[in-house]
Amino acid sequence: MMHELPLLSLAIWAPIIAGVAVLFTGGDRSAQAARVIALIGAVIGFLVTIPLYTGFDAQAGGFQFVHRVPWIESFNVWYHLGIDGISLLLILLNSLTTVLVVIAGWQVIQQRVAQYMAAFLVLSGLMNGVFSALDAMLFYVFFEATLIPMFIIIGVWGGPRRVYAAMKFFLYTLLGSLLSLVALIYLYNAAGGSFAFADFYQVPLPLVIQVIVFIAFFMAFAVKVPMWPVHTWLPDAHVEAPTGGSVVLAAIMLKLGGYGFLRLSLPIVPDASLYLAPVVIGLSLIAVVYIGLVALVQTDMKKLIAYSSISHMGFVTLGIFIFNAQGVEGAVIQMISHGFISGAMFLCVGVLYDRMHTRQIADYGGVANRMPVFAAFFMLFAMANAGLPGTSGFVGEFLVILGAMKVNFWYAFAAAITLIFGAAYTLWMYKRVMFGAVANDHVAELQDINARECLVLGVLAVLVLAMGVWPQPFAEVLHVSVNELLAHVSLSKLPVQ
Amino acid sequence: MTAMQKLYLLVPLAPLAGAIIAGLFGKAIGRRATHTVTILGMVVCLIASFLVYRDVMGGNIFNGPVYTWLVSGNIRFEIGFLIDPLSATMMMVVSFVSLMVHIYTIGYMADDPGYQRFFSYISLFTFSMLMLVMSNNFLQLFFGWEAVGLVSYLLIGFWYTRPTAIYANLKAFLVNRVGDFGFLLGIALVLMYFGTLDYAAVFAGAGRLAGNSIELFPGVSWSLMTVICILLFIGAMGKSAQFPLHVWLPDSMEGPTPISALIHAATMVTAGIFMVARMSPLFELSETALSFVLVIGAITAFFMALIATVQYDIKRVVAYSTLSQLGYMTMALGASAYSAAIFHLFTHAFFKAVLFLGAGSVIIAMHHQQDMRKMGGLAKYMPITYMTVLIGALANAGLPPFAGFFSKETIVEALHHATVPGAGFAYALAVAGVFVGGFYSFRLVFYAFHGKERFADAHHPDVKAADAEAKAAAHQDDHAHDDHAHGHDHHAPHESPAVVWVPLVLLAIPSVCAGWLIGSFVYGNYFGSSITVHPSHTAMATLAQAFHGVIGMMTHALGTLPFWLAVAGAGTAWFLYILRPELPAKLRHRWGVVVTILMEKYGLDRFNDWFFAGGARALGTGLWKGGDIAVIDNVMVNGSARLVGWFASVVRQLQSGYIYHYAFAMIIGVLLLLTLAYSG
Repeated sequence: MMHELPLLSLAIWAPIIAGVAVLFTGGDRSAQAARVIALIGAVIGFLVTIPLYTGFDAQAGGFQFVHRVPWIESFNVWYHLGIDGISLLLILLNSLTTVLVVIAGWQVIQQRVAQYMAAFLVLSGLMNGVFSALDAMLFYVFFEATLIPMFIIIGVWGGPRRVYAAMKFFLYTLLGSLLSLVALIYLYNAAGGSFAFADFYQVPLPLVIQVIVFIAFFMAFAVKVPMWPVHTWLPDAHVEAPTGGSVVLAAIMLKLGGYGFLRLSLPIVPDASLYLAPVVIGLSLIAVVYIGLVALVQTDMKKLIAYSSISHMGFVTLGIFIFNAQGVEGAVIQMISHGFISGAMFLCVGVLYDRMHTRQIADYGGVANRMPVFAAFFMLFAMANAGLPGTSGFVGEFLVILGAMKVNFWYAFAAAITLIFGAAYTLWMYKRVMFGAVANDHVAELQDINARECLVLGVLAVLVLAMGVWPQPFAEVLHVSVNELLAHVSLSKLPVQ
Repeated sequence: MTAMQKLYLLVPLAPLAGAIIAGLFGKAIGRRATHTVTILGMVVCLIASFLVYRDVMGGNIFNGPVYTWLVSGNIRFEIGFLIDPLSATMMMVVSFVSLMVHIYTIGYMADDPGYQRFFSYISLFTFSMLMLVMSNNFLQLFFGWEAVGLVSYLLIGFWYTRPTAIYANLKAFLVNRVGDFGFLLGIALVLMYFGTLDYAAVFAGAGRLAGNSIELFPGVSWSLMTVICILLFIGAMGKSAQFPLHVWLPDSMEGPTPISALIHAATMVTAGIFMVARMSPLFELSETALSFVLVIGAITAFFMALIATVQYDIKRVVAYSTLSQLGYMTMALGASAYSAAIFHLFTHAFFKAVLFLGAGSVIIAMHHQQDMRKMGGLAKYMPITYMTVLIGALANAGLPPFAGFFSKETIVEALHHATVPGAGFAYALAVAGVFVGGFYSFRLVFYAFHGKERFADAHHPDVKAADAEAKAAAHQDDHAHDDHAHGHDHHAPHESPAVVWVPLVLLAIPSVCAGWLIGSFVYGNYFGSSITVHPSHTAMATLAQAFHGVIGMMTHALGTLPFWLAVAGAGTAWFLYILRPELPAKLRHRWGVVVTILMEKYGLDRFNDWFFAGGARALGTGLWKGGDIAVIDNVMVNGSARLVGWFASVVRQLQSGYIYHYAFAMIIGVLLLLTLAYSG
């Protein structure tokens, strides 16, 4: 499909250029200018993604909005972009989240404002790059580069243990992804000197090699998701990160892992994916159940939501590795929905933290008495987090449970436990923080949310409800892409003897 | 879209619009406008429901989609309506009781600061319940199912500063979620085997799959229908509060009284009963599932009624009575007497709403005192409330010619003729339960409305409660008093305002005469195709042959055991609470162990707190401290702790804070690796 504008490139570079421009505003004396430029950049970054949705042909297969020019010709590396339905939704989610994060950080961030805004804009562009890259090297560069701004966000604007958390985050994810680079280079040779995903998809590979490649990819993506037992960086990173950092981390960055499985693992090494699926499913179910229990006993709100994130992301990996339409579509919808809900939950905690400077559940109680509007929003998001039908949180989990039932009753059984645990940890936290009599003088002085906070939470609330009541517009762009992916997975790539 | 289809849409959307307006703009438009708008929505809803009902009874059954929710793979998930006699009847009951409760709320919540919020919730609840009963597929059923759970959560915790209320609402939601867990698995199994969630298609295919079996454990094969039906029924056990998932319902009395009437008596808790009746084409294919339903219902009906006999809180007596009555409905389902179950649901909705709203009227008069030990002799002060509650009690006890008699009697008779395994057990408990029902119903009437006036002491905390029974139930005290807003004054109690007693009277009328519809409702072909009964389940057919009109049924009852047991129960209450009021305390003392067991609700709450809530927390802590922190972080991650430390010390020097430093290092790294790979 031909388009006048290279929309994908715009989606990548508009925020990055805006980010650089923001840096040029200089010190905090011109902070307001930095904020305004950042907002303009983020809004433009979002607006250019809208034609991607309206111009997307849901019936056509393959990649759309393709843009391909040589990059490093000696290594046959191409600047090759294109999207299918899966990447489309993630790009939209990413670009929208960036706008919300810029607005959310408007007053809260008072130090190094320009650098803060720049980091988020650059990160946003880089992640759009990951979601649209069709060349493995381009993908890898974007994938790794996203670490840098997030590392800085946590390390500079984070809490007291920010250095430890940033380091842990960096090492975990970097070590995880190094192996995948080796795998990509191996595939480059196997594909006859090409980094194109399309070529990788066609390479026949013996099962042993497939398994090794799978594990290499798995290390990178499982850490990002994160899957049990390589998840322990996430609670620390979330606790120390500033609110905006937590939002982007949970809403977008974790999705790089799920996206990696869909874009690389499944189509490149389908036989190994099928072969090792029970292991991945097992780990996913452990995430749902074990992490659900761990979330229950957390005393720090951010940590609780971080664990809840891991548990919900378990549905993503479960859905992907049960290899049926409900599972995979459910997984993608769960990724989008989790972006809305976890983002909103972290924003809610941020609203409280900005006022009280504590995240400990025990320091709160009876907040609903002082902040009724906020209480209503928080209730909606808490219910969405608990997977209530009518909110987006239900759709993905429901589909994945239906898909899992087709494979094995007990998979569905373990996954459905989230119905109980998810409600227990979310609502128990809500009860202790929001309900009850006003717990102390600090709570008594709380002011309800202002217009800016109301706007950010309101946008997410509308999305959470819209997706819950009518998910079809989100799902219809997925069908062809998911069907092609599943068709691809069902074809063995083992070399013919 | 035909005019009728527009009406179908209007039924749920009118309350929804009211809920949205009241919820978002309630503060702006004020109290008066809020209740006007929501009540207007309910009036529209009731009129539309009535027109739909008349149309359906004229033979116009509708089954069609409203919109496509989602398409996944080759499965279409639709939102749609099935309007047949069963759903139309439910629509009438829900919208009528809900309208009465809306009106009543004007009086009951008059002083509450959350007035608008309350109206928003009850209208939202009505919307959810209507979507549930009007659904033509499992997905929407589940939507409504969870939505009523949500609104119930919001309403039980309406007074969110009270610790007991926010404990009760969390408990209610979680216990319901346990039921929903089974329900969802049942739905997933249906989708897997039928490939659709549409009722009509599933029911049409049920016969074909009746012979299928499923191996959940290797080597153990179960009938598919049994597994599906039991899983679905677990959902019903949560919503319709059947043993052992009933524990949330008594605690839900923490909510304001109108809610108890609307949600915890007349509508939400009937969702499970409705669902099983709706699924009759599936349940009829599994004797095992029916037997399971029957036994659970029997246990609930009898053992929950026993608890009602020792309660002091007027609302809790009614709450346990609800549990027992739901047990009767469930037993009827198990005996394939679906029409009798829905008929009991129908009559019960009226008389239970009367009992709850009447209790609420008493609570207003007593300045939010709910303890019957501090009432007594209220009949002369509140004649209208007294009369309506008396009618409710007569119906609840199952005495002719009141509504409850016909439905309860039919259920007991159906159990007598049922052949499913467990029917004998259920019949025995059902008959015994009739005595208990007569007793607790009249214990309430005599205790609260007759005898010595004990309320004079109620407002003096220094005066020890006059009743000697106080000690026996000390821990029950101060458990559920609506203690908001009202000042405590010492005027004699007086009749409640018209907005309170008019709904009471309007509900009392059907509590008297709704039962007379039994001829057409149960024995006529009222439900048509909406209920299926397998030809081998002959109980209802047998009863139909023996049925000779309403009068005949009453005269026949005079010669049967259940009637005399109900009378005996009422008589015992009279003896203990009017004739010899000193006796109950003595009996309590004498039967201390039994009373303690009943006051402790068989220890289930304690067990659940200890085993499930405590166990989950202990397990969570163990996994967190032992798994995440000790093993993964300290051994696996920081097992390279020194490595991390070393790395940190190196990187700390590199941490310049300039992005281009990091970017530069990154690119060099990539190039290095590329080179390495190439040279090798």
